[in-house]
Amino acid sequence: MSIVAYIAVMALVTYFIRMIPFTLFRKKIKSRFLKSLLYYVPYAVLSAMTIPAIFYSTGDMVTAIAGTVVAVILAYFNVPLIIVALSAAGVALGIGLLF
Amino acid sequence: MHGLMHGIPIALGYLSVSFGFGIMAVKSGLSPLEAAIISITNLTSAGQAAGVSIIATGGSLFEMAVTQFVINIRYSLMSLSLSQKLDKSFSPLKRLIASYGITDEIFAVASVQDGKLKPAYMYGMILIAFIGWVGGTCAGALAGEFLPSIVTDAMGIVLYGMFLAIIIPPARKNKSILFVITIAAVISVIFKYVFTSVSSGFAVIISALIAAILGALLFPVDDKEEEQ
Repeated sequence: MSIVAYIAVMALVTYFIRMIPFTLFRKKIKSRFLKSLLYYVPYAVLSAMTIPAIFYSTGDMVTAIAGTVVAVILAYFNVPLIIVALSAAGVALGIGLLF
Repeated sequence: MHGLMHGIPIALGYLSVSFGFGIMAVKSGLSPLEAAIISITNLTSAGQAAGVSIIATGGSLFEMAVTQFVINIRYSLMSLSLSQKLDKSFSPLKRLIASYGITDEIFAVASVQDGKLKPAYMYGMILIAFIGWVGGTCAGALAGEFLPSIVTDAMGIVLYGMFLAIIIPPARKNKSILFVITIAAVISVIFKYVFTSVSSGFAVIISALIAAILGALLFPVDDKEEEQ
């Protein structure tokens, strides 16, 4: 499959999702179920994308789990996004260097 | 000017996350140029990460389209919400341009502004965020080619760390979100180890949809909750 085709599909789908409601729609969504579904989808997507993929993200399960644990703890205490993300990588790197 | 200033913290955040994306893309076999083009044309983190893994595993274009649709459908809600706040000077053409740059962070900042949104404000904020996103991607993709693998391996976790930082604080406050992310994670794990023939893109979509539908049925949100 051509990489250009992949990128074109990604870009077009993503653009139309943003563009159509922004330019065309004027009404508000009324259905409570639909509203609830759209409210939960981002959280569900991010969770399904992260787990279990995060455990394979560093190529070494031990460093990945260490990074994940640190990220979960920092995120739980509302530490800013970027610090959580970089700390996870820092810990994974540190553990990787140690062992 | 106002928009540029509001875009700076967004751009700084994007720099490090897109650095991680650049490294991830190169590790998945893409060239730095291809990684940069993906960031230029998509401007979204989760969708791009999922897209790269579909490219790396040779998934179908249909899988790519459906995955992008489900992962990015949240933007249509944000676009819809912002469309009610647009200044009269937002012509159809200007809407076509500005809609390109609606990301989670830009939506978050723009939606809490007092008064109507002007095109110049949106353009400024999107431009600076775009520079951070694409610049970080290029830096990460290039660094990925010569940094020692122990460093780039560790950077592979950056994007996922950010995802955790997005979902955990609201899950701590709101039990229904905790329920949804737990169900999504459990189903995703089942796909990984039990239904191994299902490709990663579809596994994410199916897991997320089941979890979100259960959440919507068991814990429907009222308007107040939605605005948080």
